[in-house]
Amino acid sequence: MKAPPFAYVRARSLAGVFDLLEQHGECAKLLAGGQSLIAALNMRLSAPELLIDITRLAELGGIQLRDGLVRIGALTTHAEIERSAEIRKHLPLLAQAAPHIAHAAIRNAGTFGGSIALADPAAEWPACCVALDAQFVLACRAGTRRVAARAFFKGLYATALNPQEVLTQIEIPVPGPEYRSAFVELALRRGDYAIAGLAAVARNTRGALSDLRLAFLGVGAAPALARGAMAAMEGKRASPDAIAAATQALAKDLDPGPDLYSSAATKMQLARVLTGRALAALAA
Amino acid sequence: MKPGMEQTLETTLTVNGTVVTRRIPARQHLVDFLREELGLTGSHAGCEHGVCGACTVRVDGRIVRGCLMLAVQADGRRIDTIEGLSDSGELAELQEAFHRRNALQCGFCTPGMLIAAQDLVANEPGATREKIREHLSGNYCRCTGYQAIVDAIEDVLTARRQKA
Repeated sequence: MKAPPFAYVRARSLAGVFDLLEQHGECAKLLAGGQSLIAALNMRLSAPELLIDITRLAELGGIQLRDGLVRIGALTTHAEIERSAEIRKHLPLLAQAAPHIAHAAIRNAGTFGGSIALADPAAEWPACCVALDAQFVLACRAGTRRVAARAFFKGLYATALNPQEVLTQIEIPVPGPEYRSAFVELALRRGDYAIAGLAAVARNTRGALSDLRLAFLGVGAAPALARGAMAAMEGKRASPDAIAAATQALAKDLDPGPDLYSSAATKMQLARVLTGRALAALAA
Repeated sequence: MKPGMEQTLETTLTVNGTVVTRRIPARQHLVDFLREELGLTGSHAGCEHGVCGACTVRVDGRIVRGCLMLAVQADGRRIDTIEGLSDSGELAELQEAFHRRNALQCGFCTPGMLIAAQDLVANEPGATREKIREHLSGNYCRCTGYQAIVDAIEDVLTARRQKA
């Protein structure tokens, strides 16, 4: 299908974006990588009056390491993260997750910030940001505020972003040298939407895991931290008994609904399988 | 519609080396522009929501979905389509291998397949069959079952490694 008519403005500055958002309110939409938005327009699932193209705002790009924080500009593409030596070295979880995001041609256009602002329940980056305890920088004319990833995702495509705000940057603390990460995902085909996925980070002290963060995608409306499983595994090695206790705790942590192809029971089972794989990888 | 909001924009882009300026409706995606305005019908509009890969083109040297980019966003960009990449000879080895291996039947997916395959051949000379399949996971073929396509791409990679 073809997109409905809309007006289009290429933003020259963030101040210009704030002006347009103030004038047009919810009739306007920000256009970043467009890999979800333009598909939705083509299918006429979305009909904004105005698209504000922010892709040429240089201040929203770039990856920088400073003071133990990696700052990722919202317009950084999935492919830039996949290729970045800094990311591979300091935030390996993101490098592990990137190849699971759609396909090469989509990773060249889709953006880190766009994925976070959209908050698709099957998306990889929101779960990674929850696992890594990221902070999101939200800007509007009045100034900027920071919202923790764990408070940002409110539900199905719902976030803490106000209509007049722009997600400009993601700040992620670099885990210490003892930390390990694992990203595991099950999909019908490489690059398809995840049936279930897990972003996992933990400190590995000679095989014993602590400070675990297990953030699931695809098994709920928003990224889900499996607090019961995290607690069950705290201080333990990845023995069969410990893994069994952690996977049992998932029943209280997760409440997956079915999607078009998988029942809730299937998703729950796959979440247990992923947990076992991730814990084994973290302890290795 | 509020005043000052443009639904068509003058846009200048370079398509296969030729600079083109047109007034383009904002709602028109890049593939429709290439096909309908420029008559470059080698890029195909299949699913039009980013799933099938038949619309794959290069923008500033990187492969993208032509149906998920507005033509007005291509302002100032360099676009390469199957027509340009065929004429330049860049795809000749792959085209020859696709022909030899019967890697196409109806041909609808082939322009996108070739451009996606060339991206791999140029950037990952050591790619395995698994990597080839992974790289083509975003390009649907409803005829061949993919085996012959993977064979053709593997042939090109192997031949290049032997030459090197």
